[in-house]
Amino acid sequence: MKSTPTALKVLDFLSALLLVAALGMVFGYAPTERTMGLVQKVFYFHVSANWVGMLGFLVAAVAGGLYLAKGTPKWDVVEIAAVEIGLAFSLIGIVSGSIWARPIWNTWWTWDPRLVTVTVMELIYIAYFMLRSGIEDPDRRARYAAVYAIVGFLSVPLTFLSIRMYRSIHPVVITSTKAQLAPRMFQTFMFSLFAFTVLFATLLWHRVRLGQLTAQVERLRMKLTD
Amino acid sequence: MSSPSPITGLWQATRAIVWKDLTAERRSRELLSAMLVFALLVILSFNFALDLDPKTRGSVASGVLWVTFIFAGTLGLNRSMATEKDRGCLDGLLLAPIDRSAIYFGKAIANLAFMLIVEAIVFPLYSVLYNVNLFLPGLLLTVILGSVGYVAVGTLLSSMAVQARTRDMLLPILLFPVTLPVLIAAVKASAGYLSGLPLEEITPWLNLLVVYDVIFIAIAFMVFDFIVEE
Amino acid sequence: MTHAIAVSRLTKRFGLKTVLRGLDFTAAPGEFVALLGPNGAGKTTFLRILASLSRPTAGKVRIGGASLPQEAAAVRRRLGVVSHQPLLYGDLTAEENLRFFARLYGLHAPARRITEVLELVGLARRRHDLVRTYSRGMQQRLAIARAILHDPEVLLLDEPYTGLDQDASAMLDTVLQEVAAQGRTVVMTSHDLSRVAALASRFDVLARGRIAASASREAIADAQLLDFYRAAIAEEAP
Repeated sequence: MKSTPTALKVLDFLSALLLVAALGMVFGYAPTERTMGLVQKVFYFHVSANWVGMLGFLVAAVAGGLYLAKGTPKWDVVEIAAVEIGLAFSLIGIVSGSIWARPIWNTWWTWDPRLVTVTVMELIYIAYFMLRSGIEDPDRRARYAAVYAIVGFLSVPLTFLSIRMYRSIHPVVITSTKAQLAPRMFQTFMFSLFAFTVLFATLLWHRVRLGQLTAQVERLRMKLTD
Repeated sequence: MSSPSPITGLWQATRAIVWKDLTAERRSRELLSAMLVFALLVILSFNFALDLDPKTRGSVASGVLWVTFIFAGTLGLNRSMATEKDRGCLDGLLLAPIDRSAIYFGKAIANLAFMLIVEAIVFPLYSVLYNVNLFLPGLLLTVILGSVGYVAVGTLLSSMAVQARTRDMLLPILLFPVTLPVLIAAVKASAGYLSGLPLEEITPWLNLLVVYDVIFIAIAFMVFDFIVEE
Repeated sequence: MTHAIAVSRLTKRFGLKTVLRGLDFTAAPGEFVALLGPNGAGKTTFLRILASLSRPTAGKVRIGGASLPQEAAAVRRRLGVVSHQPLLYGDLTAEENLRFFARLYGLHAPARRITEVLELVGLARRRHDLVRTYSRGMQQRLAIARAILHDPEVLLLDEPYTGLDQDASAMLDTVLQEVAAQGRTVVMTSHDLSRVAALASRFDVLARGRIAASASREAIADAQLLDFYRAAIAEEAP
């Protein structure tokens, strides 16, 4: 495996650029919200972070399915990478949500559907890593992890549904009929989503390379000790 | 001397495994007694932890019952798989010319039977202790639907957890977040029946339970082979 | 003559670790092969693959004409396996255990067959006792009964003498001799060279992931078995 491919270097640069641009848009382009004030600007990155979290878990579930179907170790590496990124960004999402909630609703935590679902998701994927660390045999570990990534992901919509039927105080920003955002806010929001998605792809690629390099090192080490 | 087709039928193999589990349990009664005692202890703890005075009892009853069932259920799920793993009996099942899904269905049905038996004993006991009438057909339906969903996922996950060093701790950690919809829907539906809510308010919860059950039984059926093969 | 067991270029990897490297092995019908080798050589892994409990990473395995892993179910019908764990349910009686497996194997007239095998292994009188009250030797005998219940062509045994005292071992000898005499192909791993010397018709040594040496019973006199084994191991050492 050679040094970082050019495409990845370009992606690195692009991610950094997009993030800076998004930040600029958040503070320079988007208007300040009337009632909530400056803290509302957390919203752009908060939702984007949660979006990347969900994306990570979706990619993990798909990678899991592919691993079970094909058996190529690469999909297992993609799966781990996606879960790690998903965990990290969901955590950012939860914390940024707290920061946003505190001045608005005067509380750090609210028992509303989206927040609780994301937290449950975090717990599922922490459990994912606990499962991985509990299994010795590498092939078995990869298979079990793939199964749990799929089962975990499928349970999330149902969890969300059940909690939403239970209660809700989360502001509904994008309804099915129209976005309740001023146009410049909406553009900033979409741009942030885009920037974060590119960031996700970059991080995923880096992490997958790391995983594959690690495996290669292991293989070489095995050859030495044989 | 053996049957003509290479594989013994799914239903026949499943029935044999269920029979085996029930017979073994009838003999030792270890699983059921442990689950039962544990369930009663949990209810007892709740009694003091929540100070269930007569006014609040009704609304809290369904929550207490379901948390009890879920905790006791974990016990049963763990033990049921552990007996297969520890004496290598799982290999015995894998050596037989049967569809591997029979192992899943057999264990799941047996686990369901144990859970239902425990629930069947806890119900009258709770009714008597707290003077609450729990014998409503809707409630019994909810218990069955909820237990099916819980056991379907629980059997799948316990077959993985049992292979880990930390097996007893791992199962609840894997299971609870994924079966949260079952807990929520079952509690709400049960509470609905207990407080006499109109049926339209309860059916969404029952629907959720049915959807969950169907999805996860299908998933379990599809992935179980990947868990038991080596 | 078609082989009862035919293995060619069998490779098995666990993660990055290779345990079996391009192993070749055959067994003719009725042969009793003693599989010897140091710990960690891969004997149990090999047996598990033959038993269809483990999938090969590469290579071909055919038992009684059926290939693994594609025709695994057909293969399982022809196999009987005795592991060093009894694979029996302690809370059931001997008879119930056998009845359970008879149902899994789809046997007709199970009751008669169960009585037959129980008598063969000398446990007919204790058929209604719970298996957890059995001694280790009795459990192994019952395990053999379970293994031959469906009259398999091939019998695989992994260290069956582990944990048995002299009496139990002697009993196991007798049972194995009878079972083998019925024309089955047997592959047995063992550490106990003296035991297998009397039973086997062929000795194979598995070392470092391959069959290092193979010799038929006629080729080795009893006393030379240990030398044969040592020589085979030594060859493979770096």
